[in-house]
Amino acid sequence: MAQFIDRRLNPKDRSLANRRRFIRRVRGAVKKAVDASVQKRGIADVDRGESVTVPGGDIHEPTFHIARDGGHREHVLPGNRAYRKGDRIDKPPGGAGAGREGAPEGEGEDSFLFVLSRDEFLDLFFEDLELPDLIKRSMKQTESHKPRRSGLSVTGSPANLSVQRTMRNSIGRRIALKRPKNEHVEELREEMRRLELTLDPDDKTGWARLERLRAQIDLLVHRQKRIPFLDPLDVRYRFFEMQPEPTANAVMFCLMDVSASMGEREKDLAKRFFTLLHLFLKRRYDKVELVFIRHTHQAHEVDEETFFHSRDSGGTVVSTALIEMKRIIDERYAPSEWNIYAAQASDGENYSGDSAKCVGILNSGLMKLCQYFAYVEIIDKDEALILTNNGNGTELWRSYLEVAANWPNFALKRVAKRSDIYPVFRELFSTEAETSDG
Amino acid sequence: MARAAKRGGLLFDGSDWDFDTLWRTYDVIEEIAQDDLGLDLYPNQIEIISSEQMLDAYSSVGMPLMYHHWSFGKQFIFHERQYRKGMRGLAYEIVINSSPCVSYCMEDNTMPLQALVIAHAACGHNHFFKNNHLFRQWTDAEGILDYLDYARGYIQNCEERHGPAEVEQLLDAAHALMSSSIFRHRRPPTPSMRAEKERERKRSEEAERAVHYLWSTLDQGGKSKGSTEEADEYKSKMHLPEENILYFIESYSPALKPWEREILRIVRNIGQYFYPQQQTKIMNEGCACFVHYHILNRLHQTGRITDGAMLEVLHNHTNVLTQPVFDDPRYGGLNPYAIGFAMMQDIQRICLEPTEEDRHWFPEIAGCRDWRNVLKQAWEGYRDESFVQQFLSPKVIRDFRMFALTEDAGTDWYTVSGIHDEAGYQTVRDTLERIGDLSLSQPIIQVIDVDLLGDRVLHLQHRKVAGVPLDDADAKATLQHCKRLWGYEVKLAESSASDPG
Repeated sequence: MAQFIDRRLNPKDRSLANRRRFIRRVRGAVKKAVDASVQKRGIADVDRGESVTVPGGDIHEPTFHIARDGGHREHVLPGNRAYRKGDRIDKPPGGAGAGREGAPEGEGEDSFLFVLSRDEFLDLFFEDLELPDLIKRSMKQTESHKPRRSGLSVTGSPANLSVQRTMRNSIGRRIALKRPKNEHVEELREEMRRLELTLDPDDKTGWARLERLRAQIDLLVHRQKRIPFLDPLDVRYRFFEMQPEPTANAVMFCLMDVSASMGEREKDLAKRFFTLLHLFLKRRYDKVELVFIRHTHQAHEVDEETFFHSRDSGGTVVSTALIEMKRIIDERYAPSEWNIYAAQASDGENYSGDSAKCVGILNSGLMKLCQYFAYVEIIDKDEALILTNNGNGTELWRSYLEVAANWPNFALKRVAKRSDIYPVFRELFSTEAETSDG
Repeated sequence: MARAAKRGGLLFDGSDWDFDTLWRTYDVIEEIAQDDLGLDLYPNQIEIISSEQMLDAYSSVGMPLMYHHWSFGKQFIFHERQYRKGMRGLAYEIVINSSPCVSYCMEDNTMPLQALVIAHAACGHNHFFKNNHLFRQWTDAEGILDYLDYARGYIQNCEERHGPAEVEQLLDAAHALMSSSIFRHRRPPTPSMRAEKERERKRSEEAERAVHYLWSTLDQGGKSKGSTEEADEYKSKMHLPEENILYFIESYSPALKPWEREILRIVRNIGQYFYPQQQTKIMNEGCACFVHYHILNRLHQTGRITDGAMLEVLHNHTNVLTQPVFDDPRYGGLNPYAIGFAMMQDIQRICLEPTEEDRHWFPEIAGCRDWRNVLKQAWEGYRDESFVQQFLSPKVIRDFRMFALTEDAGTDWYTVSGIHDEAGYQTVRDTLERIGDLSLSQPIIQVIDVDLLGDRVLHLQHRKVAGVPLDDADAKATLQHCKRLWGYEVKLAESSASDPG
C-alpha cells in the first residue's frame, strides 16, 4: 500500500526562519565582514549578495566528545597492499590520524563561509542609516488604490463570508432563543419509539405519556423550524474598503563637474558616491528617478552613459548646474509631489566669484525645494593630508560651509580615496550624528 | 493499462517519470519485496520534492517538521554551499522512520532512479525500521510525527511567551548535552502526543503551586541534623549513577522553570529517537542496498525494465557503494553502504554456494540455501557491532583488503595488528566490532553524585576507555552549558576505568 504526494508546490524556504535566526546570531561578525567587503570591492557591485566568513567560535556547538589524539586506539582500513602484521606505519604529519572516522562532526569548523542574499546584505549595509528628512508622501497622477480590511458588513460576496463571525452570531442567537437541540429531539424520539414498541394496549398512563411525548416532540420540531440554525441575520462578510495608496516619489539629481580637471579617478569616486545614494534611496522609495546634470562652464542634462564616460572641455562654472537643476525642477518635478535629493561632486575648482552666486541660488530657493543636498569634494591624497581642517579649502568649499550653517539638510564632505566613500556616506546619514560637523 | 503492466512488459521506457508510471512501478516493486523477499512493511508515503526542499529537509536532521533553531540554519547554509559548489550531490532520497513510512524522492531523479529509490527506501529501509529489534524497542514510529508537531508548537509558544533569546539559549545548552542524554540500557517511555499534552498540563499545575519540593526543605533549617539520612534518601530516589544527563537535569535541577524542563525533555526525546540509527548504520544501509539490488535485478531479469535503465541503476548503485582505499584522497572512512551490502551479499553466497572456509566459519548457515530467512533474522536481531562479530566473513575482509591498526598516545607510528590472512581475520573482525561499538566513539558521561541539600554541585564523571581523553576545549564549553541548566556548579571528573571488554 502506498501513497504518492506531490510536495513540489509546497512553500519553499522552509528553512528561512532558521536562516534568519542564524544570521541574527552571527550579526556582529557579518556586520564586520560587510563593512570590510565594502572597502575592498567596488561600490557599483554593492547591489549583490556577499559571501561572508564567520569565525567558528560564534557558532560552534560544543558537545562532549573524545579528543582526536591520545589513549589507545584502533582502526580498520581498506585497501592493504603490502603491510604485514607487526609493521609500523608512520603517522602522517599533523597527526590527523589515519582514519578520519574518529573525527568529531565539528571538524573543519574553524571558520564558516556563507553567502548573504542581496536583501540581507543591504539590510546590514544600510543598518541604522536614516533619511535625514521626513519623506513627503504625495500622490502623483497615477493614484493607486488598495483594498484594505475594514470591519464587517451584512452584505457581501460569498467569497468574503466570515464563517467564524457568522457562526458566533448564530450560536448566540440559538442560545438566547432556546432553540431545541437536535440531540434532545432525537432522545425523545428514541423514547417514543421504545414506548410504541413495548406499550401494552391497556396501559392508559402509558398511552397518555406517549401522547404527551408526541406533543412535546411536535412542539420542539416546530420551534426548531421557527428558529433556524442559521438566520440571514447572523451572516457577516469581511468588508474591504478601497483606500488610496500614497505613493512616495523621489528624484535624485546627480551634479558633476566634468571639466578637464576631473580625471578618471575623480569621476570614479563620484560615481561610487552616486551609486550608493541611489541604492539607499531605492530602499526607501518604490521608484527613484535619476537626473544627471554635468557641467563645465555650461550645464546640460545628459544620460548616465554620457554623464560618467564622456569628457567635455571648458571652464568651470558651478552655478550653471544649479540653475539647470532649478529649471528641471520647475519643469518636471513639482516639490509638492516629489521628494528631491541632490548630490553634487566636484574637485572644488570654480570660476572665481561664481561660488558666491551658488550660495545665492541655494539660499534663495533651491534648498527649500530639496529634501537633502550632499556635496562631495574629491581631493588628492596629498591634499587630504594638508586639508585636515574643515575651515580651509577652496573658495567653493568655504562658500558651501556657509550654506551648511544655514540649512540642516545640506551636508558636505571630502573624499580622497575609495575607502573613504562608505564611511563618509555613513556619516552623512547615520541616525546619531545627523548633520555634518561643518 | 495498469492491469496490462501487471502481467508483464516494460514498466517504463526512457528517463521521464509521471505519477502513473510511479504507481505502476511501485506496485510491481512492492510485490517482489513482499512475495519474493518476504519483507514486512509499514504503509508507504512517497513524497516528490524539489531540490530546494531536499536541502530544507537536510537542515532539520531529515525530519519533516522540526522546531526552529539557528543551528538548523547553519546546517542548511553548509549543505547549500556544498551543493551549489558541486562538492556534493544531494541524496536521492530521505526516509523517515515513521508509520506511514515517509520517503522523499527528488523530482530531478530519472525514472530508473525513482525505481531504485523506491526499492531502496520504501522497501529496504522501511522493512528494517519496522523489524529491527532496536527500532522496535526504542522508537515509536506511529507517534513520532505527532510528537514533532507537538514539539514545534510548544517551542514556538515558549518563544512567544518567554522571548526567542531565552529559548535559544536553552536550546543551545540542551543541544550541547543531547548526545550525552540517551538511555542506552533501559527503555524510555514512548512519547505520544496526548500523553505529552497531559504531562505538560500537569507540569504547569505544579508550577502554579510554585513550590519545588527543594524549597520546602529550605524552610526547615532546624532539622538539618538528620540531613545525611535525608540526603541519602534523595540519592536513592535519584537512581545514581545516571547516564542520561538531560533527564537528570530535567528531573532534579533546582533552577529550571517548568517550561524549560519540558523543552529539555523534547530535546532528549528527539536525541533518543535517533539512537538506533547510529547503532545500525552498516546494517540499515546494507539492508536497503541489498533489497534494491535484488529487486531491480529481478525486474531486469523478468523484462520489466530495459537494459539502459538497468545500466543507469547499476551506475548509481556503484557510485554509492564505492569504497576508496585508505590512501586515496577521496577516502573518508569505511563506507557503511559498501560494507553492509558486501556482507549481506556474502551471506547469500554462503547460503547458496559455500566454500570449505565458509563451512568452517559459518557451520550453521553454510549451504542451508534459505538465505532469505538468514538475512531477515539478521536484520531483525542484530546491531552493527554484533552483526560484524557474527557475519564478517574472511572473504569480505579479503575483498576489501582490510587491515587493522593500533596506535598509542605518544608514539608517532601505527602498528599493524592484523591483515587479511588466516591469522588476522579474527583480529580485523574484533577491531571492526569495537569501532562499531558506540561506547568507544562516544564518551560515557554519567551523573554520579549531587548533594541537593548541601552545595548542590553536580558531579559528572567521564569513564575513560583505553585512556582516550575528552576533547578539552569542547568539554569546558559544554560544562558551561550544563551549568546554565543545572543552576549551580558542575564538576567533571575522569575515572580511568579498566577496559570494558
